[in-house]
Amino acid sequence: MTTLFGLPLPAILGQLMLGLVNGSFYALLSLGLAVIFGLMGVVNFAHGAFYMLGAFAAYIGLQFLGVNYWCALILAPLAVGLLGIAVERLFLRHLYQLDPLYGLLLTFGIALIAEGIMRGLFGASGKSYPVPAVLQGGFNLGFMVLPIYRAWVVLVSLTVCGMTWFLIERTGLGAMLRAATENARLVQAFGINVPLLVMSTYGAGVALAALAGVLAAPVIQVSPLMGSSLVIVVFAVVVIGGMGSIVGAIVSGLVLGLIEGLTKVVYPEASNIVVFVIMAVVLVWRPTGLFGKE
Amino acid sequence: MRAAGEQVVIGDIDDLSGVYADVQGQGGIEAAKMAIADVGGTVLGKRIIVLSVDHQNKPDIGASKFREWADQNGLNMLIGGSNTGVSIAMSKVAAVKRVPFFAIGAGGASLTGADCTAYTVHYAYDTTALGNGTASAIVRQGGKTWFFVTADYAFGTQLQEAATRVVVANGGKVLGAVRAPLGTTDYSSFLLQAQASGAQVLGLANAGTDFSNSLKGANEFGLTKTMTPAALLAFISDIHSLTLQTAQGLYLTTAWYWDLNEETRAFAKRFFAKMHKEPTMTQAAYYSATLQYLNAVKAVGSTDSDLVMAHLKQAKINDMFTKNGYVRADGLMVHTMYVMQVKTPAESKYPWDYYKVIKVMTGEEADGLQPDPTCSLAKK
Repeated sequence: MTTLFGLPLPAILGQLMLGLVNGSFYALLSLGLAVIFGLMGVVNFAHGAFYMLGAFAAYIGLQFLGVNYWCALILAPLAVGLLGIAVERLFLRHLYQLDPLYGLLLTFGIALIAEGIMRGLFGASGKSYPVPAVLQGGFNLGFMVLPIYRAWVVLVSLTVCGMTWFLIERTGLGAMLRAATENARLVQAFGINVPLLVMSTYGAGVALAALAGVLAAPVIQVSPLMGSSLVIVVFAVVVIGGMGSIVGAIVSGLVLGLIEGLTKVVYPEASNIVVFVIMAVVLVWRPTGLFGKE
Repeated sequence: MRAAGEQVVIGDIDDLSGVYADVQGQGGIEAAKMAIADVGGTVLGKRIIVLSVDHQNKPDIGASKFREWADQNGLNMLIGGSNTGVSIAMSKVAAVKRVPFFAIGAGGASLTGADCTAYTVHYAYDTTALGNGTASAIVRQGGKTWFFVTADYAFGTQLQEAATRVVVANGGKVLGAVRAPLGTTDYSSFLLQAQASGAQVLGLANAGTDFSNSLKGANEFGLTKTMTPAALLAFISDIHSLTLQTAQGLYLTTAWYWDLNEETRAFAKRFFAKMHKEPTMTQAAYYSATLQYLNAVKAVGSTDSDLVMAHLKQAKINDMFTKNGYVRADGLMVHTMYVMQVKTPAESKYPWDYYKVIKVMTGEEADGLQPDPTCSLAKK
């Protein structure tokens, strides 16, 4: 058998493939965080909770309202995004004048409340969401069987990441958004409704988290705590990419997924800390992150 | 507040909000209250009250709350819920404060081994019994080669060791194992390694959402078609949330099942009316432990811990949880265990009709004939 670094090549290829799948989850989640931080300066600790709510919205839709997976892909992010807008309008807006720490504390509190409510309603062990019939089964790649659903996740995630990047970096709306971050008062003076812009940005960032939640629902148990462990890793991804950098979030999400995948072959016990080790190294070497501006 | 001596105080320290909250949680407290109601709410003319607190899976919280209740609230007996780590910390307090401690949700066999105390009763199940149940049933059916996916902490490793002993003793072989960090959500990498090993059996030495997510992944990656999945610890609440579609065919070991006989069904019916779900084996054990403690108090006519413990260690335990159970010198409650297989959706005829009995194990088959030699009490 062909080997690389003493490991069989098929095993490495398999893990790289899985790393790509996980990386695309990270990319989608860290993208939303990066958008919210980059354009609003808010450290959104409720991101994991919105991810969890997205998954639960899909579950509730399927069980009680007859909404299938395909509709949930659109409706769940929309519903959770609206919830995000309400949070911004009612609470977050009043904290922009203060230290970013207050926004962090507020969103952390919201995350705890959301988890508590969902635990009260659905229990701690969570719920099962079936893989849609069309996406069941797998491709035989020779070195592994790749479930069709996982390939679909990569496809959706990369498409959405690309579209978001294009919207922010290459369109008029994106230019307005970026201008509002640089100098809100000046942009306001041009007759642009900055508060509305900021509110929609938060809603969109939250909707991205919810979309990741819907994508995750068929592969992991939909449970109230599914977001709380993930959000820490995703924060590390954003820090490595450079806080607020869209490209940084996408690229580092994918790359860290791959590195984590390889760690699971070489030394599995370290797989949940490898991201943080890399974060520490990057922060020492480049305090603004790989793609951050000086 | 009434003086401590006028009431009998039973405490429950459990995970009420985390990943194990569905295993006992509020349902455990309810089950204990059912036992209290069944003895009429009083014992020796004293009112029985229940205290409960969430240990949040932190050993320091569990131990300090136990100490506080023993010092200030006149605690007479403590029930410990999930988490071996927390239960080991609490057993140290039981020894110092001389308060009977019924460990129910925790699996670690060391509670009646190296960590045993004169006041600990390990009531529902332990890692040794789980290994002897699931692993021996599968090896005897021809599942000779194993690969373990193990939760990377005390409970997971104790469970893997127990199962490995059984596999090897029955002529089987462990081809590999991978230790997944606690709380891992994506198991695909580990499952791929399991698949590559070519083993016949996929041993899941984990619990709660770790168990659910690893089994879900095994289904998705087609492992369940080529390997036999073996759950070393699964509760009916896990099977319910996974659904039969995902869990079907799975082997597991349990101390109790709601649909075993008339007595268990009668208890389950009462429980269901309050909690709207069927009780887990440990919730049933909460009921039984509370009842047996109160019966012991009645029998010796006192809440004196030493008298009660002496009575518990010589009496037989007979209730809806088990028949002819007994507490061994090391503190382990030896009782019948069941190896189950999860039904297919077609075999399941009514709600919560999830298990079929594969094998009934006597307490000695499950936990051996002799007390654990690493326990200091066993040597006397």
